[in-house]
Amino acid sequence: MLKDITIGQYFPGESFVHKLDPRMKIVLTIAYVVMLFLTNNVYGFIISVGFLVLSYSISRISFKMILKSLKPIVPIILFTAILNLFFVNGDPLFKWWVISISAQGVKLAVFMSLRVIFLIAGTSLLTYTTSPIELTDGIELLLSPLKKVKFPVHELAMMMTIALRFIPTLIEETDKIMSAQKARGADLESGGIVQRAKALIPILIPLFISAFRRAEELALAMECRCYHGDEGRTRMKQLQYSWRDAFSFILISVLIITVILINMFIKTGSF
Amino acid sequence: MNEIIKTENLVFQYEGENNSDIMVLNGINIHIKKGEFVAVLGHNGSGKSTLAKHFNAILLPTKGNVCVDGINTRHEEKLFDIRQKVGMVFQNPDNQIVATIVEEDVAFGPENLGVEPSEIRKRVDEALESVDMYEYRRHAPHQLSGGQKQRVAIAGVVAMRPDCIVLDEPTAMLDPRGRKEVLKTIKELNDTYGTTVVLITHYMDEAVNADRVIVIDSGDILLDGTPKDVFCQVKVLKDAGLDVPQVTELAYELRKCGLNINVDVLTEDECVEELTKLLEE
Ligand SMILES: Nc1ncnc2c1ncn2[C@@H]1O[C@H](COP(=O)(O)OP(=O)(O)OP(=O)(O)O)[C@@H](O)[C@H]1O
Ligand SMILES: [Mg+2]
Repeated sequence: MLKDITIGQYFPGESFVHKLDPRMKIVLTIAYVVMLFLTNNVYGFIISVGFLVLSYSISRISFKMILKSLKPIVPIILFTAILNLFFVNGDPLFKWWVISISAQGVKLAVFMSLRVIFLIAGTSLLTYTTSPIELTDGIELLLSPLKKVKFPVHELAMMMTIALRFIPTLIEETDKIMSAQKARGADLESGGIVQRAKALIPILIPLFISAFRRAEELALAMECRCYHGDEGRTRMKQLQYSWRDAFSFILISVLIITVILINMFIKTGSF
Repeated sequence: MNEIIKTENLVFQYEGENNSDIMVLNGINIHIKKGEFVAVLGHNGSGKSTLAKHFNAILLPTKGNVCVDGINTRHEEKLFDIRQKVGMVFQNPDNQIVATIVEEDVAFGPENLGVEPSEIRKRVDEALESVDMYEYRRHAPHQLSGGQKQRVAIAGVVAMRPDCIVLDEPTAMLDPRGRKEVLKTIKELNDTYGTTVVLITHYMDEAVNADRVIVIDSGDILLDGTPKDVFCQVKVLKDAGLDVPQVTELAYELRKCGLNINVDVLTEDECVEELTKLLEE
């Protein structure tokens, strides 16, 4: 049951988007988010959405995946919509007791919800097309200037790698412990919330003990393989920018500039 | 200098509760030559793992010295040289694989040593081929069987180009098939590449293939010699709480019953030979 959980939801592929340097993909994702938040106009919005649709089509990730990624954040979208709906002042369309809904409110509610939806859709594409290792490597390299101010970039990346490595192992172990406790008559499925939470204790304690033992052994094994942090360490995989990265970078820059110009000069259709 | 590991009067004690020291190793002298295949036997708690941890400076002796290729393990500035020369593989393959992809994990050691990227690539491919795991290089560790994981762990050490590999019960958590795979790999490394192997084990039949067997009992060396010399001392081994290979035990029991049979048989073939000889007489 627990085995179905997949982390990162990476779909391997050979598309243009897959082949982009992970550093560039992270930068592009951030640029896309910035673009979404700069946009305050229908035309700018169409540009952002166009970029998203284009990226999804090129990477051959099914649009159904967008729906899947949206599922967990439906409450957030609703919350944003309701907040905007009731608390934006303007000419009332509808009034009852203390509640009033304005035309501006409706507009903003729709707009903000769409913004959140496209934000999630865009950032999900990053994890759909980038393997967790590439992502970790990308983050480590992008943040490497922060080493100068003693920020533990390498340690952070190493922690992420190890976490990713051990998630499947620990999930498997949790499954085993659950079966073992069930075989001893533990009841994990019935009862109220409090009772169920209590039933988790005999699963969590062995899991933690084993995780600590594993950590100790792993540390020893790493020491035996001469691990001593970042100092003097090289990497087998060297990331390299290609024409694809240059092209995408120019494209997103042009789009962002266009969005800014539209904001400044076109007044129709703004929110 | 053709001794890779040398211990002189190695004494080690843990600090126990209320300041009583627990002696684990009491003055061990071992000389391991380059290219040798040494099996270390001993019952639980006899100090095998503690001894092994002295071979690559994870532990330092309380008294006495350990030298790796002529370098005393007390030389702290030579620590990485020592650990590069003597690699170590542990019991649980799950807890020694660091990366999420097989080839990334094999690259971990050379990366730590600061080897050039193109050279790392070469070493990783060679190491994976030498343990016969090349076609799995892009797999995630959790997709592999126990024996395969253990071979990846061995490849991770091989990629550091060590002179000696110390394996602490590498087959204890594996099924018979995984055990066979791992043993074959170890033997091949020793035969083809001349890597010195120190194999710590509980299984007598794994020790039979070694050039030399050392038996440890409560922190002392009990026996040290060729498998034949060691295993024919059936009584000494039994008193130390150890088994002997089944065929040796059979010959031993037959001899006790007054039959004229050689006790130094280690493999089934040898046993069959001895038995037919006996029947023909
Ligand atoms: N961290 C520790 N603190 C105190 N005593 C320890 C510690 N580690 C090991 N010992 C003791 O040292 C002795 C030898 O342990 P060691 O692990 O070397 O045995 P072993 O021969 O490897 O046994 P096994 O076959 O179970 O692996 C044991 O009696 C053990 O209790
Ligand atoms: Mg041990």
